Amino acid sequence: MTLKWTQVCLLEEILPNTGCCALYNQMQIAIFRVDSSEQLYAVQNYDPLGEANVLSRGIVGDVNGELVVASPLYKHHYSLKTGKCLEDETVQIQTYPIRVENGRVELGTVSSH
Amino acid sequence: MRDAHRPNIIVIGNGMVGQKLLENLVEAEVHKQFNILTFSEEPRPAYDRVALSSFFSGNRAEDLSLVPEGFFQQNGIGLQLSEAVTEIDRAKKEVCTEAGNRYTYELLILATGSYPFVPPLPGRDRKHCYVYRTIEDLEAIAACGKQSQIGVVVGGGLLGLEAAKALKDMDLETHVVEFAPRLMAVQVDEIGGQLLRSKIEALGVQVHTQKNSKEIVDGNQHLHRINFVDGEHLETDMIVFSAGIRPQDALARQCDLALGERGGIVINDHCQTSDTSIYAIGECALWQNRIFGLVAPGYQMAKVAAEHIAGGSAAFTGADMSTKLKLLGVDVASVGDAHARTEGARCFNYLDEIKGVYKKVVVDAKRERLLGAVLVGDAEEYGTLLQMTLNDMPLPENVDSLILPHYDGSGMTGLGVDALPESAQICSCNNVSKGDICQAVGSGATTLAAIKEATKASTTCGGCTALVGQVLNAELLKLGVEVNTDICEHFPHTRQELYHIVRINNIQTFAELIEKHGKGRGCDICKPAVASILASCWNQYILKPEHSQLQDTNDRFLANMQKNGTYSVVPRVPGGEITPDKLIAIGEVAKKYDLYTKITGGQRIDLFGARLEQLPAIWEELIAAGFESGHAYGKAMRTVKSCVGSTWCRYGVQDSVSMAIQIENRYRGVRSPHKLKLAVSGCTRECAEAQSKDVGVIATEKGWNLYVCGNGGMKPRHADLLASDLDDQTLIQYIDRFLMFYIRTADRLQRTSVWLDNLEGGIDYVRQVVCEDSLSIATELENDMQSLIDSYVCEWRYTVENEEERKRFSHFVNSSEPDSGVQFVKERGQIRPASTDELQQIPTQAIN
Ligand code: SRM
Ligand SMILES: Cc1cc2nc3c(=O)[nH]c(=O)nc-3n(C[C@H](O)[C@H](O)[C@H](O)COP(=O)(O)OP(=O)(O)OC[C@H]3O[C@@H](n4cnc5c(N)ncnc54)[C@H](O)[C@@H]3O)c2cc1C
Ligand code: SF4
Ligand code: FES
Repeated sequence: MTLKWTQVCLLEEILPNTGCCALYNQMQIAIFRVDSSEQLYAVQNYDPLGEANVLSRGIVGDVNGELVVASPLYKHHYSLKTGKCLEDETVQIQTYPIRVENGRVELGTVSSH
Repeated sequence: MRDAHRPNIIVIGNGMVGQKLLENLVEAEVHKQFNILTFSEEPRPAYDRVALSSFFSGNRAEDLSLVPEGFFQQNGIGLQLSEAVTEIDRAKKEVCTEAGNRYTYELLILATGSYPFVPPLPGRDRKHCYVYRTIEDLEAIAACGKQSQIGVVVGGGLLGLEAAKALKDMDLETHVVEFAPRLMAVQVDEIGGQLLRSKIEALGVQVHTQKNSKEIVDGNQHLHRINFVDGEHLETDMIVFSAGIRPQDALARQCDLALGERGGIVINDHCQTSDTSIYAIGECALWQNRIFGLVAPGYQMAKVAAEHIAGGSAAFTGADMSTKLKLLGVDVASVGDAHARTEGARCFNYLDEIKGVYKKVVVDAKRERLLGAVLVGDAEEYGTLLQMTLNDMPLPENVDSLILPHYDGSGMTGLGVDALPESAQICSCNNVSKGDICQAVGSGATTLAAIKEATKASTTCGGCTALVGQVLNAELLKLGVEVNTDICEHFPHTRQELYHIVRINNIQTFAELIEKHGKGRGCDICKPAVASILASCWNQYILKPEHSQLQDTNDRFLANMQKNGTYSVVPRVPGGEITPDKLIAIGEVAKKYDLYTKITGGQRIDLFGARLEQLPAIWEELIAAGFESGHAYGKAMRTVKSCVGSTWCRYGVQDSVSMAIQIENRYRGVRSPHKLKLAVSGCTRECAEAQSKDVGVIATEKGWNLYVCGNGGMKPRHADLLASDLDDQTLIQYIDRFLMFYIRTADRLQRTSVWLDNLEGGIDYVRQVVCEDSLSIATELENDMQSLIDSYVCEWRYTVENEEERKRFSHFVNSSEPDSGVQFVKERGQIRPASTDELQQIPTQAIN
C-alpha cells in the first residue's frame, strides 16, 4: 500500500490553531494546524452528529491531553488523531494522512493501482 | 371543587397572613375535605403590604400580588372580593356579609389584620387626609401629591418615615410630626433616634418631635392648618396619619369573643380564640397579651393554625420582633432588648457623628450573652447580632469588637456560623432554619441560587442573604464538597480571576495568558471566554490572527451558524427604528442573495441562509446602505428594544425611542460574559417589556426608573428596581457602572439575572456599588466603559475593507465552489434548509 501525496494548499494559508477545508476528489477534508508548527491533522469535514459540513470551523484544543476539534454546531469533540468522538464512543470520523513539504500542505491517499 | 356535602372553612380577610394560611391549608390537603371560602374587604386578592411603598417607585398592584397564578381556581377555593363580613353568629355558626349573604361554617378563621390609628383630632375627616395601609390609600396619596406643595406625616414611627419618603419622592416639602421626644421610639434608643433625626433632616425632611396636635382647621396659604397644643402651627396641603395600628377586632367584639384590654383577639398556643371553632391569626390576634405587628410572626401563626386544623398539635411560641430597615436611605436595625430593660443589662456604645453611624449592643449582667442591639447608619452586623441573641451564643472575649470598625480589613469578627444550632432561624420571612439549608446543600443545592430555589430563603426581603451565603459556604466546606470553580482544566481560575489577571498584568493575548497562568493548549470553553475577557478589556478587532483562533464560529465569521452550516445576518437597527429606505435596502439584499427573511423577537430583521463565502459581499451592501453589525453572534450587547413613546403615544411621558437609540449606540459592540439585552419604555404601561431585560428603563413623569437583571428565556425573572426618577445623565452613568461591574465579576455565560441571584447581598449590594459607590470604583468603572465606547469600530466594516480578512470567508481553501451539502427548498415563498430526506446525496458522506 503506497500513499499518493497531493498538494491542497500552502501552510501559510492556515492560521495557527485553526482549520480550513480542502476539496479533494469531491470530498471535503478539514485540515487543522496545531500551534504555529508544521503539525497538521486531517479529518472529514462532515460532522455526523450535527449533520453539516462544518468541522473545519471548530475550535482546536486539548481535553485531558487529547488533541480535539469541537464542532461548532453542538460542541461534540472529535479526536484529531483517531477521529473518535469523546461524547459518543460509537461515533468515529475519518482521518487522513497529511504532511508539510517545503511549505506545501499535502494530503495522502491510498493509491489504488 | 365546591361540594355541598363538605363542611365549610371560612377565612375572613385575604391579607398577607390570610393568604399564607390558605397556602398552608392546601399544602396540608385540608381543601380536599372542606370547602374553603375567603372574604376580603379589599378589591383585590392578597398583596405584599410590606413592599407597599414600592408602589411609589414604579411597582404596580400586579407586581405586589402574593397569589400564585390560578391558585383559587386550581384548589377550588372560593374568593369574594370587596365583600366584608359584617356579622358572626356563633350559635348558628354562620357569618353574614355586607351584601347580606349568609354562610355557615364548621371552622372560622379571623385574619382581619389591623387598621391605622387616627388620633381623635377635630378636623381629621377633612379632605386630603389619608392613612397608609392599602393600595387604594397610596393611589389617593399619589393623586393628591401631584397637586400639593406641602405634605405632613403625623407619626414618626417606622411607617410614618416610610410615608415621609413617599412624600419626599413626590417632591413635596415634607414634615414629620411626632408626639414622642424622638423618632422610632419603639425600635431605637435616645442616641439612635437623635442620629436618625439628623440624617433625615439632612435629606430635607423637617422633623418636629414632642408635638401634640390639637386640631386641623382651614389654612391661610394652604388647605389645612394643624394647630399644636403648644400654640405653634403648621400649614399643609395634605396629611398622612401614621400614628400606629390597632388590631381589627370589630367582628370578634360583635360576637363576644375574648379580647385584650387594649384590643386584640385573645388566642391560645394553637391560635384558637375563646371559641374553639374560631381561630385568629396575624395582626388581629393577641397572644400572651402581645400583638405582633410584623409579617413573620403572622406567617408562623398561619402555619400553626393550618397544622392544628389538619389534626396536628403545632404550637405558637412567640416571635422575635427584631427589625432591619432602610428608612429614607438610612439603615436602621433593632435587635431583641434594644432598650436594655432586662435587669442588670449593660451596654456598649459606638458613635461616629462624622460618618453618622451609631451602634449599641446590650449584654446580660454576667456579660455572657447578647440581649439586644441598635444599629443606625450601618446595619451590616444585623444578621450576626440577631443570631447571637436568638441562639444564646457565647460572647467573644472583647464584646466591643462586635461593633467597632475593623480598620485592618479583617472585617467582622464573624459569627462563625458553625456555632449556630441547627434550629437557628436564618431567614425569618420564610422561616428557614440553618438545618433546612444544610439539608438542601446535602441534596445537591451548592449555589446561592439553588438554595433560594430549594428553600425560598432570602427570596422576600433579602436581609438574610449574606448569612445564607455563610451557612452555605461553611456547609460545603464541612461536607468536603470541593466546589471547583475553575473555568476548565487549562486554568486554575474563575472567569472573574482571569479578568483581573488580564487587566492587572495588561495581558493582550491568549498565548501569553495560558503560558503564564495556565497549562495545555486551551479548549472550546476557555478560548472563547478569554477572547471575551480580552475584548471587554482592550476591545481590539476580534479577528486579529491571535484572537481569531479563540472565537466560536459565530464570532469567528461574525454571523450565527444555522443547522446546515449557513449563517444568519442581523444588521443593527438601534431602538427598532428604521427608515423606509433602509427597509428597502434590507429587502433588496435579501432578494438578491435569496435569503430567508424574518422579524426577530428583538425588533430587527434577520436574514438567514447566507453561505460563508457570501457574507462579505452581503455586508458590503448593507454597510453601503448605512447599516452596522448587530452583534447577534456575540456574547455582547444585542438590542435595545423601545416603545414608540411620547413622540406618538398618547400616554408616553418621555421620548423612549431617542433614549433607546442613544443607549444602543453607546453600548454597541461591548462584549460581556453573556449576551446583554436592554429596553426602554415610554411610560409605566411598559410596552417594551423592559422588566424582562438585563437593563430596563421605564419613563416616569420626572425621568427614568432603572431596572436591572431581568431575563426572558428559559427561566424568566422580573428585573429589580435599582434607582428611580433619574435624569438622562445619571441614568447613563448608572448603566455604565452596572454593566462594567457585571462584566468584571460575572461567571462565563452567566446572564445578569443568574449573576444577581448568586451575588451575596443581592440588589442592595449592587445598589451600594452602583449608586452609592461603596467600593470607590465608580470612576474606574465609568472610565473602563468609556474606553470601550471610544474604541468601538464596526467589525463588519473593518472586515469588508480588508482583503486579507475577506479571504477567510471561503468554504474551501483550494476552491471557490460552494458547499454542496447546503441545499434549500422553498416554503411559503422563501428558502429553508432541506430536511434529511430531501437532501441530494452528499458526496462527503461517501468517504466513510
Ligand atoms: C433570531 C431570534 C429568534 C427570532 O426569530 O425572533 C433568536 C435566535 C436565537 N436565539 Fe434567542 N433569538 C431571538 C430573540 C430572543 C429573545 C427575545 C428578545 O430578545 O426580546 C429571547 C428571550 C429574552 C432573553 O434573552 O432574556 C431569547 C432567548 C434565547 C436564549 C435563552 C437565554 C436565557 O437566558 O435563558 C438562548 C440560549 C442562550 O443564549 O444560551 C437563545 C439563543 C438563540 C440562538 C443564538 C440559538 C443558536 O445558538 O442558534 C438563535 C440564533 C439566532 C440567529 O441565528 O440569528 N435565545 N432569544 C431572536 C433574535 C433577536 C435579535 O434581534 O437579536
Ligand atoms: C407600609 C407598610 C410597611 C410595612 N413594612 C413591614 C416590614 O418591613 N416588615 C414587616 O414584618 N411588616 C411590615 N408591615 C406590616 C405587615 O404588612 C403586616 O404585619 C401584615 O400585612 C399583617 O398581615 P395580616 O394578614 O394580619 O393583615 P393584613 O395584611 O392587613 O390583611 C387583613 C385583611 O383583612 C381584611 N379585612 C379586615 N376586616 C375584614 C372583614 N370584616 N371582612 C373582610 N375582610 C376584612 C382587610 O381589608 C385586609 O385586606 C408593614 C405594613 C405597612 C402598611
Ligand atoms: S409603554 Fe407607554 S409610552 Fe410606550 S407605547 Fe406603551 S403606552 Fe405608549
Ligand atoms: S429574612 Fe427576609 S428574605 Fe430572608
